[in-house]
Amino acid sequence: MIIKKNHYLFFGFIITALVLSIAIIGFFWTPNNPNAIDSSNRFASPSTKYPLGTDNFGRCILSRVVEGIGATVLVAVFTLIIGFGVGLIIGTLTGYYGGWVDELLMRSGDVVMAFPSILLALVFISITGTGRYNVIIALGVLFIPSFARVVRGEFVRIRELDFVHSAKIMGAGPLRIMLVHILPNAIPVLLRFLAIGFNNAVLAEASMSYLGLGVQPPDSSLGRLLSDSQPFLFTAPWYALSAGVAIVLLILGFSLISEGIVLPRSE
Amino acid sequence: MLSIKNLSITFTNEFAVEAVHDVSLNIAPGERLGLVGESGSGKTMLALAISGLYPRSTTRISGEVLFNGTDILKCSSKELCRLRGKEIGMVFQEPMTSLNPLMKVGRQIEETLKMHTNTPPTRRRELALEAMESVELPDPKLTYEKYPHQLSGGQRQRAMIASAIIADPKLLIADEATTALDVTSQSQIIDLLARINERHGVAILFISHDLSVIRRLCNRVAVMHAGKIVEDSSTQAVFENPKDDYTKRLIAAIPTRDKRRRQT
Amino acid sequence: MTLKYILKRVGVFVVTLFVISTLAFIAFSIIPGDPVTRMLGMNASEERIVEMRSELGLDKPIHTRFFKWLQSFVTGDFGKSYSYSIPVRELLSDKVLTTASLSLMAFVFVLAISMPLGLLLSRYSIISSKGAKSSFQRAIISAATALNQIIMSIPPFFTGIIITYVFGLILRFFTPGAFVPYSGNPAAFYAYLIFPALSIALPRSAMVIKLIRGSVLNEAGSDYVRTAYSRGGGQWYVLLVHIMRNALIPVINFLAMTLSDIVAGSIIIEQVFAIPGMGRLLLLSISNRDYPVVQTIVVIIASVVVILNLLADVICQYIDPRIRIT
Repeated sequence: MIIKKNHYLFFGFIITALVLSIAIIGFFWTPNNPNAIDSSNRFASPSTKYPLGTDNFGRCILSRVVEGIGATVLVAVFTLIIGFGVGLIIGTLTGYYGGWVDELLMRSGDVVMAFPSILLALVFISITGTGRYNVIIALGVLFIPSFARVVRGEFVRIRELDFVHSAKIMGAGPLRIMLVHILPNAIPVLLRFLAIGFNNAVLAEASMSYLGLGVQPPDSSLGRLLSDSQPFLFTAPWYALSAGVAIVLLILGFSLISEGIVLPRSE
Repeated sequence: MLSIKNLSITFTNEFAVEAVHDVSLNIAPGERLGLVGESGSGKTMLALAISGLYPRSTTRISGEVLFNGTDILKCSSKELCRLRGKEIGMVFQEPMTSLNPLMKVGRQIEETLKMHTNTPPTRRRELALEAMESVELPDPKLTYEKYPHQLSGGQRQRAMIASAIIADPKLLIADEATTALDVTSQSQIIDLLARINERHGVAILFISHDLSVIRRLCNRVAVMHAGKIVEDSSTQAVFENPKDDYTKRLIAAIPTRDKRRRQT
Repeated sequence: MTLKYILKRVGVFVVTLFVISTLAFIAFSIIPGDPVTRMLGMNASEERIVEMRSELGLDKPIHTRFFKWLQSFVTGDFGKSYSYSIPVRELLSDKVLTTASLSLMAFVFVLAISMPLGLLLSRYSIISSKGAKSSFQRAIISAATALNQIIMSIPPFFTGIIITYVFGLILRFFTPGAFVPYSGNPAAFYAYLIFPALSIALPRSAMVIKLIRGSVLNEAGSDYVRTAYSRGGGQWYVLLVHIMRNALIPVINFLAMTLSDIVAGSIIIEQVFAIPGMGRLLLLSISNRDYPVVQTIVVIIASVVVILNLLADVICQYIDPRIRIT
């Protein structure tokens, strides 16, 4: 992989590392119990006990945001595991073998991808019901076609290159060609797409939770926090701001990383 | 007419390659000068310097390029725009990509007029058709409406020439203009350039790595090697009595009937 | 374009719509949970349930129901809402207007913001033939690119919340939640939509600006651009006449996608700004299991998406003679 000598990757990694370490720390420790209600301290302004103040129930906003980042990241990661895992297998096989199965799968994938994913996710959720696991499954399934397409595109491109032909002539089997010869060459493109996919997952999860169709209380999530905070926008703007900024940083970090990965084709 | 004095061009990247080193060269009106040299010898940088198209942000340039007394290197971008196309026409190597794929060929040919004169559109069209006639494009009226991808490589190069000469420039720079073409088109384009030179009196700077092509077209040859001009005299003199060692090797590398006979 | 090509596209269009409506119908038919129980409540009598089922046609086999639904759908009869007991068509009419107005306004904003700014940024990002870029110019370009990247990363609902806070609560340019229906006062209706439309448009515009810049820079190194300069074209002339035409092709495809994303994204923005449009109705109907409404909205949005993609294809064909079918 060739890494551009630029600031994209540098800042991307710094921002992402910052946000992710907050999320990881949040799994083990938060300043206060995110669900502890301090009824004497409702809508408290930022203070030493509550660095970002408290919400309408007197809960620590910082702790809730930290917990929310973790929850959102977890949903995004599991979404990617489903979407990328299945997409990789489908894309590898269809890209390498081609044929009518490939044609059929890609055409139906086109139809799915033509639709705004938020709409499909809503339909999916309206059928399966809300909740964290349903969101993961819905988004994961919806992400399969786009991942499969990218993987397939790379396999189709690389499979026609001379070194693959020579590997075939030297007697390498299909599995070896796929895994040893083609896959490593597809890594820059896949990594870049993985970063983009992560952002899409974060955005989708946040949107669904904002609409109240994603993660359900008492579980927390950044989208949920934003919709919780909106009624108190005037009295406690820092509540919405802290949740929103967390989403922006999360997305910004990964989008910078995806910019920084240089594709061999553009060289 | 064109007089290059002590021109040096250095890339400002970490390698600081000097693409052109202290080059002086003159072109008289109506002259056919061939500039020969291997890839990377600085020919193209020289041509781009003459037209002011060299990459300014990555190079450092010194010396003078006087065109009818004005120093091109000191020109503002507005003055340069007035010069390009109107006074100096250019034809490039890649006929496949040198024309805008989304614009009709005729519109691209007459564009030079549109940029430099107030010729009304109908008159522009007539002039374009004339220019297409003079570069022997088949069926000008039909070709005018075509898009570049509908023409052959040779036809595209003719269209490029038509757009380069339509505003009657004093100098035509042809940078490897025949290199990408097949042998037949190549020889037709060379004959065409010779005729245009005779008819319009436009001076031609023909840049090529192929000495045999230059021999057919040009009456003077300059040989460039590693950024320097190593030889500059009439075609006859260069071929009969090459002074520089590099020129001798270049001439020796031209396949001839005699040599082939000797080899077999 | 030949008649054959048009017929083929229309054919694909019809088939896609058919597949979508079929899937929508099947999906909502196999869902667990009976709308009848929901409508009548848990304590409804057995006879009342049977009566209601036959009233809604739910007692017939699925394929009969499908064809009946399809038949009436094509004729513009979208069925009756379970929860409001009025025809879906009536329920939707002004909601469609609201959402369409919001989406179109947002799209116009995207064009109005991204085209000039994208051109400007591209113009100064191209290595200038006038000379090396000054460090000031470079700093401006870097700052603009960085800002663009940040705006791109803001989800529309957060843009909406920021705009609500700044323009609604602090500057009091509008009153959040004080939506006026079109029938009430058209001017106030459009005025209220300005800020929601802006919330959708801002991040989208940033994406389009980035795409324009990338596409222009990609084209700027082409041979035909050098040819245009060699004919004496100035920076702006070459950019507008030669580069833009080529650079716009990917942008147009992206814009079509953007418009369909905007339509879908309005579901969320309507929630942020409390606009009673199609999106809010969709959310409400999903939680009420009001499937005729959900089905209709899904098929409407799907049709819009398919039509937009078709339109983008046609425009690209018109611009690019190489893919034009003659």
